[in-house]
Amino acid sequence: MPELVGESIACIRGERQVFDGLTFRLTSGEALVLVGRNGAGKSSLLRILAGLLPPAAGRLCWDGNDIRPDLDSHRARVRFVGHADAVKPALSALENLHTWAVLWGGRHGAEARAREALSRFAIDRLAELPGRWLSAGQRRRLALARLLLAPAPLWLLDEPRTALDVDAAALLDAAVERHRTEGGMVVMALHEGARPPGARTLDVGAARLEAC
Amino acid sequence: MLSAATTLVRRDIRLALRQGMDSLMAVVFFILACVLFPLGVGPEPQTLARIASGIICVAALLAALLSLERLFQADYEDGSLEQMALSALPLPAIVLAKVAAHWLTTGLPLIIAAPVLAVMLQLDGHAFAALVAALALATPSLSLIGAVGAALVLGARRGGVLLALLILPLYIPLLIFAVAAIDAAAFGLPVQPHLLLLGGIAAAALVLAPWTAAAALRQALA
Repeated sequence: MPELVGESIACIRGERQVFDGLTFRLTSGEALVLVGRNGAGKSSLLRILAGLLPPAAGRLCWDGNDIRPDLDSHRARVRFVGHADAVKPALSALENLHTWAVLWGGRHGAEARAREALSRFAIDRLAELPGRWLSAGQRRRLALARLLLAPAPLWLLDEPRTALDVDAAALLDAAVERHRTEGGMVVMALHEGARPPGARTLDVGAARLEAC
Repeated sequence: MLSAATTLVRRDIRLALRQGMDSLMAVVFFILACVLFPLGVGPEPQTLARIASGIICVAALLAALLSLERLFQADYEDGSLEQMALSALPLPAIVLAKVAAHWLTTGLPLIIAAPVLAVMLQLDGHAFAALVAALALATPSLSLIGAVGAALVLGARRGGVLLALLILPLYIPLLIFAVAAIDAAAFGLPVQPHLLLLGGIAAAALVLAPWTAAAALRQALA
């Protein structure tokens, strides 16, 4: 059973200590919600978990092994949805997803996977529409659809409900639930809205782990 | 891994063709810069023939530089670059794919346009093959070395100016050997040593630049 463990993780941005001594453990099927004031370091922690930002102190282990010696392998097991949607205005919704489908899951069946992901977020009718004509909410749905293109055990979501309507938020919740049922893990930064059932909460500013 | 890299190349070419401006701007700049010289130095064929190789090479170098700032910038700003960094494709391979697309959309059109401009600039007919060969060897190096600069200035204010200051000194050997190859052909001297040197620079850039640019991109993404 995969396990992600953070031990005494610290983050420094510029000259500023953002957080220090963050410790948590996440196993298969679990969800962790990051909360905290603006600037507490939720996005930085997600980038550390993705292997994009090295922690100033502490270590991050996957299945008991420090991720640092083989960061490329760790990054390949992550799906990350950050603040930016990574949608190209000149490419259609399908073309946007197709690139990532090939990049993460190979060429075989890439278009079918991209169409399935569009369908799961109810934007399949927009498949041929250029990214520049999509609304902010539709672009966010497209960004979230990337999660479904190829299996990856760890989903990292930074304010995933930004710009989503109620229906899209429900589709996201369903996707998260299904991912957890299939043994995946989810870490998401949230300011407001319902939290996934059984999720634990990590207050990044206070470095305090609570049961939810 | 190869299919992922070719998908990235195709995506970047498609984006370049649909957005158009960056690649088109480089070629139009190249043509305009070459056309300006006869107006400035006069139309005497002997004068133009003597400086044609230098004009074409300097204009090609500046045209390539013009489009380099956007090599990673758009993907960095819209979050695509961090998504690429989270794929199984190593970052140096991603850099190489983006450089290949840049060369195909910028370097290759310059090579195609160069002989036409050479005719206008009265370049000796014997030097045309050397001109194409020199540009074919030099333009990939322009893209590869430029990629390192583009990655280093990512997120910096006035990145375009900084990029020019960083990269232009590194382009000097390319300029010297490309001009020397074309002039050697025009004077009936051996061209091969100059082309071999250009090939050597291209080979070294091919090995070193993707790793160096990838390291700079990691810094920018952190």
